[in-house]
Amino acid sequence: MGVVSPGFRGRPRESSRRLPPGQYETHDFPVLSAGPTPRIAREDWEFTVTTETGDRHSWNWAELTALPSENPTVDLHCVTKWSKFDTRWQGVSLDVLLAEVETAADYVMVSSYGGYTTGMPLEDLLHGQAWIAYGYDGDDIPPEHGGPARLLVPHLYFWKSAKWVHGIQLLPQDEPGFWESLGYHDYGDPWREQRYQGD
Amino acid sequence: MARAAVPRRLGTRLRWQVATLVERRAENEGASTLVLDVPDWPGHLAGQHVDVRLTAEDGYSAQRSYSLASAPDARHVEITVQRVGDGEVSAYLVDGLAVGDPMELRGPVGGWFVWSAGQADRVLLLGGGSGVVPLMAMIRARRAAADPTPFRLLHSVRSPADRYYLPELRRGDPGLTTEFLYTRTSPDGRSRPPGRIRQEDITGFAWPPETSPMCYVCGPTGFVETAADLLTGLGHDPDHIRTERFGPSGG
Repeated sequence: MGVVSPGFRGRPRESSRRLPPGQYETHDFPVLSAGPTPRIAREDWEFTVTTETGDRHSWNWAELTALPSENPTVDLHCVTKWSKFDTRWQGVSLDVLLAEVETAADYVMVSSYGGYTTGMPLEDLLHGQAWIAYGYDGDDIPPEHGGPARLLVPHLYFWKSAKWVHGIQLLPQDEPGFWESLGYHDYGDPWREQRYQGD
Repeated sequence: MARAAVPRRLGTRLRWQVATLVERRAENEGASTLVLDVPDWPGHLAGQHVDVRLTAEDGYSAQRSYSLASAPDARHVEITVQRVGDGEVSAYLVDGLAVGDPMELRGPVGGWFVWSAGQADRVLLLGGGSGVVPLMAMIRARRAAADPTPFRLLHSVRSPADRYYLPELRRGDPGLTTEFLYTRTSPDGRSRPPGRIRQEDITGFAWPPETSPMCYVCGPTGFVETAADLLTGLGHDPDHIRTERFGPSGG
């Protein structure tokens, strides 16, 4: 237990089994980005998976949205402490997008329009855990929340769910992306409170 | 988006440290600066933040992140906290924590929204409300380093009573220009009608995009989205615009 601050009581204790350590629930949808919001027209949008041998698999907007989609309802956990429950998305499972991709790689680097990057194990994108999402709460994803399409990988801290997603590079080893290079944890499991390097 | 010129790894675990409140200064009706004694503070860069952890007697704890307000080499660590409506942490920090009381913090955290001396030829700071806090750390760092880089601060607040750091900003610094925008109530004699930030507010105050100023934009999401869009619309390079947004939910 930490050092007690006299007179601090906090909120009434809810049964917070859904809340990872150090998080609090919010009903807003805060926005966190390192720079201006890029605006990408759907007709210009493209998503590319590149393997470690250089094979490329690309989808434009029509191709992506023609694929079978899912409607996951998930909890989000941001490293800045807020969690938001029961967010409703529409998107294509990475299991679908990666089904035909041949690779021996164990890691990925996800990159976005605007230059953002984030890295993680390939396993974390598979088995129904991750989507390329293009719908939020019954509507398009607003640009400030990553539209037209973003990665959704809700079992990791939300910085892994790259906004304005543009591509995935398969890699034989883990490499740090944008926030991982700036002191944030390589993996980012909210339930183990892996916020920063060394956590 | 370029890589930041700061150390790549923190290397060791960021440990929780006990901080003691030395002084509390009211900045305005809703915000106070907490002056903290942190014996093993490792130093920081202007623009970084800390995680604060409060623990109640029954072991319940709550964490939040706050921007550092103090210059990197200041004797004490300072954060400025705005009281958020039902904020369980902010209300306690602004009204409850007494001089001599302990709390925990760890940091510094964040290596992107930072400025250090010599990093850019010109620096434009756009702050909305308490988003001025990390920008003030940059102004203080510039002063402490006697750095001559021209700085311009445009601070958007609801009314004159909502300004931060007023005596210090009034004293001013050579090479620093400060201007306020009022969104709801302007002081008498101002020709600009109250309202949110507009293109002419930036063109009338900022350097032109061709001079490539480094732009730091911090505030509530709506302010940052608008201000950053205005900057890119005017032709500022997105790679020269660094943003830090905080939602209305803070707490």
